[in-house]
Amino acid sequence: MATKAIFSEVKNNGFGYWGILGIFGVLVLGGVWAFMHMEHGHFSTGMNNQIVWGMPHVFAIFLIVAASGAANIATIGTVFGKKIYQPLGRLSAFLGASLLIGGLLVLLLDLGSIGHVIEMAKGHLNFKSIFAWNMILYSGFLGIIVVYLWTMMDRTKLAKMLYKPVGIANMIWRFLLTMGTGSIFGFLVSRQYYDAAIMAPLFIVASYVFGTAIYTLVLMSSFKFTGRELGDAVLNRLRYTLAIFLSLTLFLEFVRHLANLYATEHHGVEGFILASGDNISNLFWFGQIIMGSLIPMFLIWCRFLKNNRLALAVAAILAVLGGLAQIYVILIGGQAYPLILFPNAEVTSSFSEGVINPYTATSAEILLGVGGFGLAIAMVIVAVKVFKVLPTTLADSATDPHHTKKI
Amino acid sequence: MSNIDSYRRNFLTGIGAVSTMAVAVTLAPGVFLREVKAKPADQPVSSKVRWGMLVDVNKLKDGGDACIEACKKEHGWGDEEHSNDQQDAQWIRKVTVKEKLTGHEFSLPVMCQHCDIAPCVDVCPTGASMKRADGIVQVNKHVCIGCRYCMMACPYKARSFIHETLTDQKPGTPRGKGTVESCNMCVNRVDAGMNPACVDAAPEAMLFGDLNDPESKISKVLKEFGGTQIRADLGLNTGVRYQGI
Repeated sequence: MATKAIFSEVKNNGFGYWGILGIFGVLVLGGVWAFMHMEHGHFSTGMNNQIVWGMPHVFAIFLIVAASGAANIATIGTVFGKKIYQPLGRLSAFLGASLLIGGLLVLLLDLGSIGHVIEMAKGHLNFKSIFAWNMILYSGFLGIIVVYLWTMMDRTKLAKMLYKPVGIANMIWRFLLTMGTGSIFGFLVSRQYYDAAIMAPLFIVASYVFGTAIYTLVLMSSFKFTGRELGDAVLNRLRYTLAIFLSLTLFLEFVRHLANLYATEHHGVEGFILASGDNISNLFWFGQIIMGSLIPMFLIWCRFLKNNRLALAVAAILAVLGGLAQIYVILIGGQAYPLILFPNAEVTSSFSEGVINPYTATSAEILLGVGGFGLAIAMVIVAVKVFKVLPTTLADSATDPHHTKKI
Repeated sequence: MSNIDSYRRNFLTGIGAVSTMAVAVTLAPGVFLREVKAKPADQPVSSKVRWGMLVDVNKLKDGGDACIEACKKEHGWGDEEHSNDQQDAQWIRKVTVKEKLTGHEFSLPVMCQHCDIAPCVDVCPTGASMKRADGIVQVNKHVCIGCRYCMMACPYKARSFIHETLTDQKPGTPRGKGTVESCNMCVNRVDAGMNPACVDAAPEAMLFGDLNDPESKISKVLKEFGGTQIRADLGLNTGVRYQGI
């Protein structure tokens, strides 16, 4: 282990621990119920042949992207040698793996023919498909995380030697993984709202927002519930990481929309997303931009709220909700806008030609997505009890090398 | 079977055969101009052939209604019990286009365009969405996992996901819950040496044949009069071409 921090399992055996685990367990059960319900056929969902990917995919993509961002905290400690981040590494890696598993499970359980997935193991893989690459990227990520955790948690010389190389491999792999997820949309040439290479870097910076926000919330709550000390030095690092990536995401979104607005063929879809007054444009402005980006940035950078933990927690929660709104706008908004077969013409048919496709998620779809999130967090709750994941203290005196100088 | 039944059957079969030949020769001679030959079942599909279709929208009096009905009858889609209108399968649909500036209006049937470089084939993680050597694009239902990425990728909204359990499927058209399907150019009929059902339903306006054979009727017509691809800007080199759009 590259740091002198001491880690310990969560000793709490009382109602608090099991109660919290129980809450997330109920979310998982809700997801199981939703799967059983949808297994009779997707006719019971709001998805159809116009909106082919719905709420389960919003959650799945969010969780998969967030996984990479959550694991980024460990990267900063390992690859860039920032000692203050090193005690955060184990939780970061565990959370990253858990979020990925939660997201993948939602994706898997929404498939029309889950049984056919076994065919992929038999070699039915099309390597021209970014989906096929993602299968490899996702499973590879989990494999690297396991080795990475071993290098962090084992005291042998070999583990210490491999700590940094594995950390670097993990960082590069995460880059590819998030690019691959963004490219799912980037490669859709026919959809007006997708088909742009900028989707890959957009997803990379967005992953840091989602992952840092969830990580911050998990760290704050786990330290609060286990009575461990969490200093401002660590929280401020997370706080500013979150804000910087929020602003970067905003910047890339700005560039993306600006580039689209320059092309006449995209005016229609941009008008729909930005100015239609529809649910989607409201979600974009009020959900993603104002609530999910500007308010959290204010809560973090406002000098009167410095070191204010409630402000940070609210900022992180808003960033998570804003992230879900962002994925929803990209995913559902992009499908709601009709395909353009004949530009400059009014097009009609019995199959929703030329109209905005409505979509309302059913409770089963929402529960399936929330179930994936519940599973991810439940896995972390179990992990902190079974393994030495959490540092015994993250007090400023233990983490901040400049702490004494400040006094 | 009694002798009288046997007699009736032979008599009616004979009349049927003669009538069919007479009607075919007098009313639809074009059907016999086609060079499509049945492919022996034990031989692989050849890339020497590229099946294609030409739709003359000006000659299509009903905008494609008859084609749609023939397709439904052939493949049995569109009346799923539990699915709503947006969830029902739609292999082929009638699209009406009105140009904003000129007011010029026309209707055309839109189905899988059987792209040479098919986005649905590119994105499919398992290879279930596939293009045969002879250019027919279809879905291998045994391998389709129902991820619907191909539906996201298709520029023509030509694909449908089956939202419920199906029963009594047509023998020549395997279909099933949780898989994606689309126009397969009536591959079952083409392999047996017949035209796709929609082409036979509108013989005055539609041609089917081998785009690789310069002597085929479809190739000659396309060479002389040309044919337009929907969204030609995507460069997909579609197997379905239109005139009058």
